[in-house]
Amino acid sequence: MSGPATQQQQQHQQHPIGLYLKVWLLLFVLSAMSYGVDYFHIQGLMRWSLIIVLMLLKAGFIVAVFMHMAWERLAFICAILLPPLALLVLVGLMASEASHTLLSRLLFFK
Amino acid sequence: MSAIPSVHTAEAAPLGLRGLVADWSSDRQAFHIAWGKVMMWIFLLSDTFIFGSFLTGYMTVRASTTVPWPNPSEVFSLRIAGTDLPLILIAIMTFVLISSSGTMAMAVNFAYQHSRRKAALLMFATAAFGVMFVSMQAFEWTKLIHEGVRPWGNPMGAAQFGSTFFMITGFHGLHVSAGVIYLSVVSTRLLRGRYEKRGNYQIVEIAGLYWHFVDLVWVFIFAFFYLW
Repeated sequence: MSGPATQQQQQHQQHPIGLYLKVWLLLFVLSAMSYGVDYFHIQGLMRWSLIIVLMLLKAGFIVAVFMHMAWERLAFICAILLPPLALLVLVGLMASEASHTLLSRLLFFK
Repeated sequence: MSAIPSVHTAEAAPLGLRGLVADWSSDRQAFHIAWGKVMMWIFLLSDTFIFGSFLTGYMTVRASTTVPWPNPSEVFSLRIAGTDLPLILIAIMTFVLISSSGTMAMAVNFAYQHSRRKAALLMFATAAFGVMFVSMQAFEWTKLIHEGVRPWGNPMGAAQFGSTFFMITGFHGLHVSAGVIYLSVVSTRLLRGRYEKRGNYQIVEIAGLYWHFVDLVWVFIFAFFYLW
Protein backbone atom coordinates (compact mmCIF):
# COMPACT_ATOMS: atom_id res chain seq x y z
CA MET A 1 0.00 0.00 0.00
CA SER A 2 2.62 2.51 1.01
CA GLY A 3 5.55 1.86 -1.24
CA PRO A 4 8.03 4.63 -1.84
CA ALA A 5 6.11 5.76 -4.92
CA THR A 6 2.76 6.18 -3.15
CA GLN A 7 4.47 7.66 -0.11
CA GLN A 8 5.99 10.26 -2.36
CA GLN A 9 2.61 10.98 -3.88
CA GLN A 10 1.00 11.37 -0.45
CA GLN A 11 3.47 14.10 0.35
CA HIS A 12 3.62 15.77 -3.03
CA GLN A 13 0.46 15.91 -5.04
CA GLN A 14 2.00 16.06 -8.46
CA HIS A 15 0.00 15.18 -11.51
CA PRO A 16 0.37 15.75 -15.23
CA ILE A 17 -0.51 19.28 -16.27
CA GLY A 18 -2.67 17.93 -19.08
CA LEU A 19 -5.10 16.56 -16.48
CA TYR A 20 -5.54 20.00 -14.91
CA LEU A 21 -6.08 21.58 -18.31
CA LYS A 22 -8.71 19.01 -19.22
CA VAL A 23 -10.60 19.50 -15.95
CA TRP A 24 -10.31 23.26 -16.35
CA LEU A 25 -11.87 23.06 -19.81
CA LEU A 26 -14.55 20.72 -18.50
CA LEU A 27 -15.44 23.19 -15.73
CA PHE A 28 -15.80 25.92 -18.34
CA VAL A 29 -18.14 23.74 -20.39
CA LEU A 30 -20.20 22.76 -17.33
CA SER A 31 -20.47 26.42 -16.23
CA ALA A 32 -21.54 27.43 -19.73
CA MET A 33 -24.18 24.71 -19.60
CA SER A 34 -25.53 25.88 -16.23
CA TYR A 35 -25.68 29.43 -17.58
CA GLY A 36 -27.50 27.99 -20.58
CA VAL A 37 -30.17 26.63 -18.24
CA ASP A 38 -31.08 30.20 -17.38
CA TYR A 39 -30.41 31.69 -20.81
CA PHE A 40 -32.72 29.29 -22.62
CA HIS A 41 -35.41 29.59 -19.91
CA ILE A 42 -35.58 25.89 -19.16
CA GLN A 43 -38.36 25.51 -16.60
CA GLY A 44 -39.89 22.98 -14.26
CA LEU A 45 -38.39 19.69 -13.18
CA MET A 46 -35.84 19.81 -16.01
CA ARG A 47 -34.48 23.10 -14.63
CA TRP A 48 -34.06 21.91 -11.04
CA SER A 49 -32.46 18.61 -12.02
CA LEU A 50 -30.07 20.25 -14.51
CA ILE A 51 -29.01 22.86 -11.93
CA ILE A 52 -28.35 20.19 -9.28
CA VAL A 53 -26.56 17.75 -11.60
CA LEU A 54 -24.30 20.40 -13.13
CA MET A 55 -23.56 21.84 -9.67
CA LEU A 56 -22.60 18.44 -8.24
CA LEU A 57 -20.43 17.62 -11.27
CA LYS A 58 -18.55 20.91 -10.97
CA ALA A 59 -18.12 20.54 -7.21
CA GLY A 60 -16.98 16.94 -7.65
CA PHE A 61 -14.29 17.81 -10.18
CA ILE A 62 -12.99 20.71 -8.10
CA VAL A 63 -12.74 18.60 -4.94
CA ALA A 64 -11.43 15.44 -6.63
CA VAL A 65 -8.84 16.91 -9.00
CA PHE A 66 -8.02 20.51 -8.04
CA MET A 67 -8.10 19.78 -4.31
CA HIS A 68 -6.47 16.36 -4.88
CA MET A 69 -9.06 14.48 -2.84
CA ALA A 70 -9.05 11.62 -5.40
CA TRP A 71 -5.49 10.74 -4.41
CA GLU A 72 -5.76 11.12 -0.63
CA ARG A 73 -6.15 8.16 1.71
CA LEU A 74 -9.65 6.81 2.29
CA ALA A 75 -9.59 7.54 6.04
CA PHE A 76 -8.98 11.19 5.31
CA ILE A 77 -11.57 11.37 2.54
CA CYS A 78 -14.19 9.99 4.94
CA ALA A 79 -13.16 12.35 7.75
CA ILE A 80 -13.60 15.40 5.54
CA LEU A 81 -16.36 14.55 3.07
CA LEU A 82 -18.84 12.64 5.28
CA PRO A 83 -19.53 15.24 8.05
CA PRO A 84 -21.09 17.81 5.65
CA LEU A 85 -23.82 15.24 4.95
CA ALA A 86 -25.19 16.19 8.40
CA LEU A 87 -26.28 19.42 6.71
CA LEU A 88 -28.87 17.37 4.82
CA VAL A 89 -30.60 16.72 8.16
CA LEU A 90 -30.70 20.48 8.80
CA VAL A 91 -32.07 21.05 5.29
CA GLY A 92 -34.78 18.46 5.91
CA LEU A 93 -35.76 19.99 9.25
CA MET A 94 -35.81 23.52 7.90
CA ALA A 95 -37.78 22.52 4.81
CA SER A 96 -40.58 21.17 7.00
CA GLU A 97 -40.31 24.21 9.26
CA ALA A 98 -40.57 26.52 6.25
CA SER A 99 -43.71 24.86 4.93
CA HIS A 100 -45.25 25.07 8.40
CA THR A 101 -44.47 28.80 8.56
CA LEU A 102 -45.83 29.33 5.05
CA LEU A 103 -49.09 27.55 5.89
CA SER A 104 -49.51 29.54 9.11
CA ARG A 105 -48.90 32.80 7.24
CA LEU A 106 -51.40 31.88 4.55
CA LEU A 107 -54.00 30.88 7.14
CA PHE A 108 -53.68 33.78 9.59
CA PHE A 109 -51.92 36.72 7.95
CA LYS A 110 -53.31 36.94 4.44
CA MET B 1 -1.54 -5.54 37.43
CA SER B 2 1.77 -5.46 39.13
CA ALA B 3 3.32 -3.36 36.45
CA ILE B 4 3.17 0.28 37.44
CA PRO B 5 5.39 1.83 34.84
CA SER B 6 3.42 5.04 34.90
CA VAL B 7 5.35 6.36 37.88
CA HIS B 8 8.48 6.63 35.87
CA THR B 9 6.93 7.87 32.63
CA ALA B 10 4.62 10.28 34.40
CA GLU B 11 7.67 12.00 35.76
CA ALA B 12 9.18 12.18 32.30
CA ALA B 13 5.98 13.47 30.69
CA PRO B 14 5.90 17.27 30.35
CA LEU B 15 3.53 19.32 32.48
CA GLY B 16 1.29 22.25 31.83
CA LEU B 17 0.26 23.28 28.33
CA ARG B 18 3.03 21.22 26.74
CA GLY B 19 1.81 18.22 28.70
CA LEU B 20 -1.75 18.78 27.51
CA VAL B 21 -0.64 18.71 23.89
CA ALA B 22 1.59 15.68 24.49
CA ASP B 23 -1.18 13.75 26.25
CA TRP B 24 -3.77 14.46 23.61
CA SER B 25 -1.51 13.68 20.68
CA SER B 26 0.40 10.83 22.38
CA ASP B 27 2.70 10.83 19.38
CA ARG B 28 -0.01 9.24 17.32
CA GLN B 29 -1.05 10.32 13.88
CA ALA B 30 -4.39 9.34 12.40
CA PHE B 31 -3.83 10.77 8.93
CA HIS B 32 -0.64 10.13 7.05
CA ILE B 33 -0.71 13.56 5.51
CA ALA B 34 1.30 16.65 6.37
CA TRP B 35 -0.33 18.39 9.35
CA GLY B 36 -0.64 21.76 7.62
CA LYS B 37 -2.79 20.24 4.94
CA VAL B 38 -4.96 18.41 7.48
CA MET B 39 -5.50 21.61 9.43
CA MET B 40 -6.48 23.55 6.32
CA TRP B 41 -8.97 20.82 5.38
CA ILE B 42 -10.47 20.87 8.88
CA PHE B 43 -10.80 24.65 8.66
CA LEU B 44 -12.49 24.28 5.27
CA LEU B 45 -14.82 21.67 6.77
CA SER B 46 -15.91 24.19 9.41
CA ASP B 47 -16.35 26.79 6.69
CA THR B 48 -18.52 24.32 4.78
CA PHE B 49 -20.87 24.29 7.74
CA ILE B 50 -20.98 28.09 7.85
CA PHE B 51 -21.91 28.41 4.18
CA GLY B 52 -24.16 25.36 4.41
CA SER B 53 -26.08 27.01 7.24
CA PHE B 54 -26.33 30.30 5.32
CA LEU B 55 -27.75 28.55 2.29
CA THR B 56 -30.15 26.53 4.44
CA GLY B 57 -31.30 29.75 6.11
CA TYR B 58 -31.83 31.24 2.66
CA MET B 59 -33.88 28.20 1.64
CA THR B 60 -36.01 28.56 4.77
CA VAL B 61 -36.90 32.22 4.30
CA ARG B 62 -37.45 31.82 0.57
CA ALA B 63 -39.75 28.82 1.05
CA SER B 64 -41.76 30.42 3.87
CA THR B 65 -42.51 33.86 2.42
CA THR B 66 -45.93 34.56 0.95
CA VAL B 67 -44.58 37.43 -1.19
CA PRO B 68 -43.20 36.39 -4.59
CA TRP B 69 -39.40 36.08 -4.75
CA PRO B 70 -37.68 38.51 -7.16
CA ASN B 71 -36.64 36.73 -10.36
CA PRO B 72 -32.82 36.59 -10.18
CA SER B 73 -32.61 36.19 -13.94
CA GLU B 74 -34.12 39.67 -14.34
CA VAL B 75 -32.63 41.30 -11.26
CA PHE B 76 -29.09 40.41 -12.32
CA SER B 77 -29.49 41.11 -16.04
CA LEU B 78 -27.39 43.76 -17.74
CA ARG B 79 -28.15 45.80 -20.82
CA ILE B 80 -25.20 45.41 -23.16
CA ALA B 81 -25.28 46.85 -26.69
CA GLY B 82 -29.04 47.27 -26.58
CA THR B 83 -29.92 43.73 -25.55
CA ASP B 84 -30.86 42.52 -22.09
CA LEU B 85 -28.60 39.64 -21.16
CA PRO B 86 -29.86 37.66 -18.16
CA LEU B 87 -27.35 36.95 -15.38
CA ILE B 88 -24.48 37.98 -17.65
CA LEU B 89 -22.33 39.56 -14.95
CA ILE B 90 -22.74 36.53 -12.72
CA ALA B 91 -21.76 34.26 -15.61
CA ILE B 92 -18.61 36.30 -16.22
CA MET B 93 -17.81 36.22 -12.49
CA THR B 94 -18.18 32.43 -12.56
CA PHE B 95 -15.78 32.12 -15.49
CA VAL B 96 -13.29 34.45 -13.80
CA LEU B 97 -13.33 32.35 -10.65
CA ILE B 98 -12.93 29.09 -12.60
CA SER B 99 -10.00 30.60 -14.51
CA SER B 100 -8.40 31.53 -11.21
CA SER B 101 -8.85 27.96 -9.98
CA GLY B 102 -7.09 26.71 -13.11
CA THR B 103 -4.10 29.04 -12.68
CA MET B 104 -3.92 28.05 -9.00
CA ALA B 105 -3.81 24.33 -9.83
CA MET B 106 -0.97 24.99 -12.27
CA ALA B 107 0.85 27.07 -9.64
CA VAL B 108 0.78 24.11 -7.22
CA ASN B 109 2.18 21.89 -9.95
CA PHE B 110 5.04 24.26 -10.78
CA ALA B 111 5.82 24.80 -7.09
CA TYR B 112 6.38 21.06 -6.63
CA GLN B 113 8.63 21.13 -9.70
CA HIS B 114 10.60 23.82 -7.83
CA SER B 115 10.12 26.35 -10.63
CA ARG B 116 9.29 29.14 -8.26
CA ARG B 117 9.14 32.01 -10.75
CA LYS B 118 6.43 30.26 -12.80
CA ALA B 119 4.54 29.22 -9.67
CA ALA B 120 4.65 32.74 -8.19
CA LEU B 121 3.54 34.30 -11.48
CA LEU B 122 0.58 31.93 -11.69
CA MET B 123 -0.32 32.72 -8.08
CA PHE B 124 -0.22 36.45 -8.83
CA ALA B 125 -2.48 35.77 -11.81
CA THR B 126 -4.83 33.88 -9.49
CA ALA B 127 -4.89 36.81 -7.07
CA ALA B 128 -5.52 39.21 -9.98
CA PHE B 129 -8.52 37.12 -11.05
CA GLY B 130 -9.68 37.31 -7.43
CA VAL B 131 -9.44 41.10 -7.47
CA MET B 132 -11.42 41.13 -10.74
CA PHE B 133 -14.10 38.98 -9.12
CA VAL B 134 -14.43 41.22 -6.06
CA SER B 135 -14.54 44.35 -8.25
CA MET B 136 -17.39 42.91 -10.29
CA GLN B 137 -19.16 42.00 -7.09
CA ALA B 138 -18.74 45.58 -5.85
CA PHE B 139 -20.25 46.77 -9.15
CA GLU B 140 -23.16 44.38 -8.72
CA TRP B 141 -23.78 45.51 -5.13
CA THR B 142 -23.68 49.17 -6.21
CA LYS B 143 -26.17 48.50 -9.01
CA LEU B 144 -28.58 46.71 -6.68
CA ILE B 145 -28.30 49.35 -3.97
CA HIS B 146 -29.11 52.02 -6.58
CA GLU B 147 -32.16 50.01 -7.58
CA GLY B 148 -33.35 50.17 -3.98
CA VAL B 149 -32.38 46.72 -2.73
CA ARG B 150 -31.76 46.83 1.02
CA PRO B 151 -31.32 44.10 3.64
CA TRP B 152 -34.83 44.93 4.92
CA GLY B 153 -36.68 45.27 1.63
CA ASN B 154 -36.64 45.88 -2.09
CA PRO B 155 -39.03 47.06 -4.81
CA MET B 156 -39.04 43.71 -6.67
CA GLY B 157 -40.64 41.40 -4.13
CA ALA B 158 -39.92 39.48 -0.94
CA ALA B 159 -37.98 41.52 1.63
CA GLN B 160 -35.79 38.53 2.51
CA PHE B 161 -34.13 38.70 -0.91
CA GLY B 162 -31.90 41.59 0.12
CA SER B 163 -30.86 40.21 3.49
CA THR B 164 -29.87 36.79 2.14
CA PHE B 165 -28.20 38.29 -0.93
CA PHE B 166 -25.97 40.71 0.98
CA MET B 167 -25.25 38.15 3.68
CA ILE B 168 -24.26 35.25 1.43
CA THR B 169 -22.44 37.08 -1.36
CA GLY B 170 -20.86 39.43 1.17
CA PHE B 171 -19.45 36.58 3.19
CA HIS B 172 -18.20 34.90 0.05
CA GLY B 173 -16.64 38.13 -1.20
CA LEU B 174 -14.89 38.46 2.15
CA HIS B 175 -13.43 35.00 1.63
CA VAL B 176 -12.20 35.95 -1.85
CA SER B 177 -10.61 39.14 -0.48
CA ALA B 178 -8.89 37.21 2.32
CA GLY B 179 -7.72 34.69 -0.28
CA VAL B 180 -6.20 37.45 -2.42
CA ILE B 181 -4.18 38.69 0.58
CA TYR B 182 -3.18 35.13 1.52
CA LEU B 183 -2.04 34.31 -2.02
CA SER B 184 -0.11 37.57 -2.33
CA VAL B 185 1.78 36.86 0.89
CA VAL B 186 2.60 33.27 -0.05
CA SER B 187 3.63 34.11 -3.61
CA THR B 188 5.89 36.96 -2.45
CA ARG B 189 7.61 34.62 -0.01
CA LEU B 190 7.84 32.01 -2.75
CA LEU B 191 9.52 34.46 -5.08
CA ARG B 192 12.00 35.52 -2.40
CA GLY B 193 13.04 31.89 -1.91
CA ARG B 194 11.80 31.30 1.62
CA TYR B 195 10.38 27.88 0.75
CA GLU B 196 13.38 26.98 -1.41
CA LYS B 197 15.57 27.32 1.69
CA ARG B 198 13.35 24.93 3.62
CA GLY B 199 12.95 22.66 0.62
CA ASN B 200 9.22 22.48 1.35
CA TYR B 201 6.66 23.80 -1.09
CA GLN B 202 3.59 22.34 0.62
CA ILE B 203 2.34 25.80 1.58
CA VAL B 204 1.47 26.49 -2.06
CA GLU B 205 -0.79 23.44 -2.13
CA ILE B 206 -2.37 24.48 1.20
CA ALA B 207 -3.04 28.00 -0.10
CA GLY B 208 -4.43 26.36 -3.22
CA LEU B 209 -6.86 24.29 -1.14
CA TYR B 210 -8.28 27.50 0.35
CA TRP B 211 -8.60 29.11 -3.06
CA HIS B 212 -10.32 26.11 -4.65
CA PHE B 213 -12.72 26.05 -1.71
CA VAL B 214 -13.72 29.65 -2.44
CA ASP B 215 -14.48 28.56 -6.01
CA LEU B 216 -16.36 25.53 -4.70
CA VAL B 217 -18.61 27.67 -2.51
CA TRP B 218 -19.36 29.89 -5.50
CA VAL B 219 -20.56 26.83 -7.45
CA PHE B 220 -23.24 26.29 -4.79
CA ILE B 221 -24.15 29.99 -4.48
CA PHE B 222 -24.44 30.23 -8.28
CA ALA B 223 -26.75 27.21 -8.39
CA PHE B 224 -28.96 27.98 -5.43
CA PHE B 225 -29.09 31.75 -5.33
CA TYR B 226 -28.75 32.88 -8.93
CA LEU B 227 -30.18 30.01 -10.97
CA TRP B 228 -32.91 28.66 -8.68
